[in-house]
Amino acid sequence: MKLTLKIWRQKNAAAEGKIVEYPIDHIEPDMSFLEMLDILNDELIMKGDEPVAFDHDCREGICGMCSLYINGEAHGPDRGVTTCQLHMRMFKDGDTIFIEPFRAKAFPVIKDLVVDRSSFDRIQHAGGFISVNTSGNTIDANTIPVNKKDADDAFDAAACIGCGACVATCKNSSAMLFVAAKVSQYALLPQGRIEATDRVLNMVSQMDAEGFGNCTNTGACEVECPKGISLENIARMNREYMSASLKG
Amino acid sequence: MAKSALLKSSIAKKVAMALSGLFLMLFLAQHFFINMTSVFSENTFNSISHFMGNNPLVQFVIQPILIVGVVFHFIMGIVLDFKNRAARPIAYAKNNGAANSSWASRNMIITGLVVLAFIILHFYDFWVPEMVYKYVEVNSLDETRYFHEMTAKFESPVRTGLYCLSFVLLALHLWHGFSSSFQSVGARRVSLGTQKFGYAFAIIIPFGFIFIALFHHFNH
Repeated sequence: MKLTLKIWRQKNAAAEGKIVEYPIDHIEPDMSFLEMLDILNDELIMKGDEPVAFDHDCREGICGMCSLYINGEAHGPDRGVTTCQLHMRMFKDGDTIFIEPFRAKAFPVIKDLVVDRSSFDRIQHAGGFISVNTSGNTIDANTIPVNKKDADDAFDAAACIGCGACVATCKNSSAMLFVAAKVSQYALLPQGRIEATDRVLNMVSQMDAEGFGNCTNTGACEVECPKGISLENIARMNREYMSASLKG
Repeated sequence: MAKSALLKSSIAKKVAMALSGLFLMLFLAQHFFINMTSVFSENTFNSISHFMGNNPLVQFVIQPILIVGVVFHFIMGIVLDFKNRAARPIAYAKNNGAANSSWASRNMIITGLVVLAFIILHFYDFWVPEMVYKYVEVNSLDETRYFHEMTAKFESPVRTGLYCLSFVLLALHLWHGFSSSFQSVGARRVSLGTQKFGYAFAIIIPFGFIFIALFHHFNH
């Protein structure tokens, strides 16, 4: 396959960036998108140019590290996959592909296609956990009965890998699907109920402080989420938040 | 939690938008049913309009609540839109919004502003003259004037055309707004039934208003 890549290049966080065009040839349809970028970077290095910086880690679709806004969609045109699991067979010979970083005020660009998603970490630190007694008296989690439906829903919410595709794709750069998944994951289980009130208030407060936009229920996040996190979680978070606010 | 923090929170604003939207949809439905009577009976339309225009509860309790609801919904919508735009200072060079969301859901501010412009025109056409008639000129009660006042406004093809266009945009606003409000207030599951009812509401009510406008335009 012969392709034209239009890639966002930006030297550092403070520099102005711009789209730079790179022609690329001999791309196999079975290559992953990141392997295609590896080939481009090899060529750039051979020419003595600066390679394109992009995030990646496990390349198995589970770590949430790879990002990229490809041809106007988070993680590209395929559904239910991260960029590392996106294959070049999704494109045609002769295509022009726009490759941009995830865009949001709360996800500032560090370099080229690499963005700082530590705002997600700070939201997690604000309440995305349960406090466990580790003094040796810990009760086996399996001794507490959990409704099967709740266990399934909690597990589905826990599938969120925190990649930020929801923010990147949302026209408002809202992080509600991410925060809702984290809130739901614990709120549905007895172990998480104990701190549920503080958790939702603190996580939403941190989310707002980070400068994410407001959710307007377009549903784009659910469609683009590589892990299929449902909008149902946002409705649950709204309920949790309003009832926590009234309690508090 | 401090009350000020609650009012500032993104979720509280979203819930407030949804509740005011649901309230306005209720108002819209009752306005539609009253207008629809004008197609069948001039007298029924006149007597309901007279009741709505002179009942103290409607005039001095419900009407101010409605005006506050309208103003709140629009101001909050505009404020949130500015905030949301600020959350992405650099736009994408290529964005394919149609791949994952409906046009109506992405353009609520556009459809909303058209509806706002229409409401201003509607106030200028009906509400302001009504207030002048009743409270400035203090005219005597006339139960028979409402039908003719309304049909007179639908004589102009330009005004009738603008009226119809506004309602098409309102239909798009409701297409997303109905089920979205249920999602925002945390409805346990925005079921297929709710969504279908929302789509039906978004078509029947605005296009019903359009039918009424065209009916009077071509019959009077």
